[in-house]
Amino acid sequence: MTAVEARDVVLSFGETPALRGASVVVAPGEIVAIMGPSGSGKSTLLHCLAGILVPDAGEIHFDGRRIDTLGENQRSVLRRDRFGFVFQSGQLVPELTAEENVALPLLLNGVKRAAALKEARPWFERLDLAGLERRRSGELSGGQAQRVALARGLVARPGALFADEPTGALDSLTGEQVMDLLVSSARDEGTTVVLVTHDARVAAYADRQVIVRDGRVKALVSA
Amino acid sequence: MTLLGLLEREPSHGYDLKRDYDAFFSRGKPLPFGQVYATLSRLARDGKIVIGEVEPGVGPERKRYVITDRGATEVESWLTEPVPAEPNLQTVLFTKVVLALMLGRPAEEYLDRQRAAHLGRMKELTDIKRSGSLVDAMLADHGLFHLEADLHWIDTTAARLDALAKEVRG
Repeated sequence: MTAVEARDVVLSFGETPALRGASVVVAPGEIVAIMGPSGSGKSTLLHCLAGILVPDAGEIHFDGRRIDTLGENQRSVLRRDRFGFVFQSGQLVPELTAEENVALPLLLNGVKRAAALKEARPWFERLDLAGLERRRSGELSGGQAQRVALARGLVARPGALFADEPTGALDSLTGEQVMDLLVSSARDEGTTVVLVTHDARVAAYADRQVIVRDGRVKALVSA
Repeated sequence: MTLLGLLEREPSHGYDLKRDYDAFFSRGKPLPFGQVYATLSRLARDGKIVIGEVEPGVGPERKRYVITDRGATEVESWLTEPVPAEPNLQTVLFTKVVLALMLGRPAEEYLDRQRAAHLGRMKELTDIKRSGSLVDAMLADHGLFHLEADLHWIDTTAARLDALAKEVRG
């Protein structure tokens, strides 16, 4: 059973090849960390898996359905309805309060404001953010903002959460708290997680790690 | 030194010392009673502890050990002296890489296997950290930071293997 899969994905930016036949399979509910040096293609692979980028060749599957052949609109709907995202930083909408930021995916899905906020609020308790519901992003610490972003990524109960360096802008201890909550919440919800990180300590929170090198995925073989 | 340090808190029986050692320091390897009493005998012989009041009854369990000024001074000086910052300039991993390159063997493959072993251990330690006490977490962190440093070295070395091969093959 596969939740997310890339098959022999090739993608170039102009003349520069980013992925040269990358394949990875993620099982439902599995948390996989994609590691690799800068420029290895790990973020590009994540963006392909999440339907943000379309590969030049190869296939992307989600939940048994090929998604790289879908049109831009269909992929946009898929991302909104089925995927959650957490990025390195700066992704909260500064004009909105923390609870409005968390409710945003629900509001975009057509849920009424009151119902969306009601759905968003329990996440504040869950992610140790109680009392911060009305703050705007400028009034939150880096770790708090990232936990709000995590709540926003999970509030619509997505089939898969894609996280690109989710702790990259945080100090080590705060980053670990965010990872701890990310892993616990994803487990509770049964959410599949694909996580890109260059940090081995962050990757160690995942069930499994793969390395991207020169645009290909290298399986880790234990000694 | 650990037992001597534990005795500085308060005079204790051998059993109490073993229990506290096992709780905080043994990490799944309980200290044998024989080793506890052998250590206490040695500390007494060296004047770092004395046997305090002996409670009624027989056997080593009845003895209460008390740290002496000399013992307390030793604990103090041990605590204040920094642990040598090990340079680790002769590691097995380094030797393996250089030898592999000299012999024309696949050093990158060996490094990949080592990376997998390190990441596997980091995962185990992270699981301990997430499920255990703060004491467990602190000890797991110590291991994690060392493994992370090794991984940085593995990545840097992997990126320089071609140049390194030229140098060691002359």
